Amino acid sequence: MASQHPKPASAAASRSSEALCKSLTGIKGLDTITGGGLPTGRATLVCGGAGTGKSILAMEFLYRGIAEFDEPGVLMTFEESPLDVAQNMHSLGFDVQSMVSSRKMVMDCVVLDPEEVLEGGSFNLEGLFIRLGQAIDSIGAKRVVLDTIDSLFSCLPNPARIRSELHRLFRWLKDKGVTAIVTGESGMDTYTRDGLEEYVSDCVILLTVSVSDRMASRFLRIIKYRGSDHGKNEYPFVIDGRGIALFPITAEGLDWQASQDHISSGVKKLDQMLGGAGFYQGSTVLVSGSAGTGKSTFLASFINAACLRKERAIYISFEESPSQIVRNMNSIGIRFEQHLEQGLLRIESYRCTQCDLEQHLLNIHRVIEEFLPRAVVIDPITSLSDISSHLFIKRMLAKLTGLLRTRGVSLMLGSLTPSGATPEGTSASISSLIDSWIFLREIEGDGEFNRALVIRKSRGMNHSNKVREFKITDDGIDICEVIYGATGVLTGRARQLQSAERVAEIKQSEIDAG
Amino acid sequence: MLDPPSGVISTGGGASSAPKQYLLRLYVAGTTQRSMTAIINIRKICEEHLGGRYVLEVIDLYQQPQLANGDQIVALPTLIKKLPPPLRRIIGDLSNTEKVLVGLDLRAL
Repeated sequence: MASQHPKPASAAASRSSEALCKSLTGIKGLDTITGGGLPTGRATLVCGGAGTGKSILAMEFLYRGIAEFDEPGVLMTFEESPLDVAQNMHSLGFDVQSMVSSRKMVMDCVVLDPEEVLEGGSFNLEGLFIRLGQAIDSIGAKRVVLDTIDSLFSCLPNPARIRSELHRLFRWLKDKGVTAIVTGESGMDTYTRDGLEEYVSDCVILLTVSVSDRMASRFLRIIKYRGSDHGKNEYPFVIDGRGIALFPITAEGLDWQASQDHISSGVKKLDQMLGGAGFYQGSTVLVSGSAGTGKSTFLASFINAACLRKERAIYISFEESPSQIVRNMNSIGIRFEQHLEQGLLRIESYRCTQCDLEQHLLNIHRVIEEFLPRAVVIDPITSLSDISSHLFIKRMLAKLTGLLRTRGVSLMLGSLTPSGATPEGTSASISSLIDSWIFLREIEGDGEFNRALVIRKSRGMNHSNKVREFKITDDGIDICEVIYGATGVLTGRARQLQSAERVAEIKQSEIDAG
Repeated sequence: MLDPPSGVISTGGGASSAPKQYLLRLYVAGTTQRSMTAIINIRKICEEHLGGRYVLEVIDLYQQPQLANGDQIVALPTLIKKLPPPLRRIIGDLSNTEKVLVGLDLRAL
């Protein structure tokens, strides 16, 4: 059922002991920050400038009321024709036509032409009440949307009369027992042009769009929710092919079950370096390094290991297309095609400039919800710096890691360190979200560039702190033995030479002994 | 005594040489004071200014609520001048005679 709390059994229950009933909206994230939805049987005012999404929010409330909570609804629209409404809703994936045919929704379009109206004496808005009453009674509606109330003020005379009639309307809606959303356009200094927020005293929601760095972002804020605690921040949200989605940052807390299980990184010797067993299931791993150090290879090995365990995995790339990734990894013995064919792997490529940060999070969230993987990689997370600041990226990562941790999904992130910079510098802001951190480096010596890695941190386990050389071979990543020389860890030819000398020494001592 | 409001049609009697025939529709909400005032007022105006050249329909939306959508009724009472064109909409109890006459195109603004 839609209501969160049961209504008091006795009609004589006093106002103070009446529990505040709420009606779930079904809109992603909104029910969380309102603590259960909108006030049942009351009117909620949704205000904001043009194009901020008021009609969409109101319509989704109505649509989901029917689709998910079996509460028929009435839409009274003042600006659009039924055809316009149906088409707009269709583009959001809401099939309004069938709801109208099956008598779950009634649409009444009020057309007011200011040109032809003359005030010839005292009037009221009883005609509105009659039409609304008819619509509600005809299907037993529990939800009502009036979109938008401004037309009454712009098309009819005598604003004082309109205001008092609206006041009467909200009381009437309450007596009818319907939960209503009323939309209104924002004024210069007031939340609504005509000061409706004084009359709708139960719940007021403000929608805004702000443009920064040429990117438009949408925000929702609960201005007022009488009798209820509610999220007070400005919450970013997106509107896409499935309606509105909010992501309340504080919703995911720090209480998840830490897994004791280990999973392979895909590189056996790396697992040995990680306390002998690999990463913890459900942990977040960061692999950072400058360009060409082999990050993508580690990410791919991690995903490959998951697929070989018959677990589903998602590879999210901001740099390469799925076919590029498959081809590149083929050359080192990682066969993604078979995982793709078996439905164990999904590769998603995005251009980071194609949308804003919240939309990216939504896309990733959606893919995860659809595919239900056990492992996810993002390659690289640093691409998002092109479209947002570190603060917002960190927030987004906090939400993402929180989400994945609660589901026990392991996450590996690639992070590009600009050449010359240290990984600590660029990745420091997100290091607190990371359980294991692997640095990849290039070491120049003896006229060669060789690759090396070191485990910078790995919570909850004894891990190697040695710098070790690794190679990318036709069979994947091969981590070499640690060889010390006078100048520290040796890599490349120096290591091979030293290693060969050692072997020769051992042979010699055997010969000497025998 | 007044006739019951619903569906009452009044026509002026007698021939007239004036060319225009008025078709007026008055929507009211039951028998409230305002409704009755509007009916009285429009009858008076019709008799005084339209001679015999009118057809007046009075529609009580409490009795026939489904008729509200057709003429897009929101405010009550609403008087609609259907003929002669253009369509005019006058809201209120019609006590402002001058405004009503303007609405009926019998007075200049």
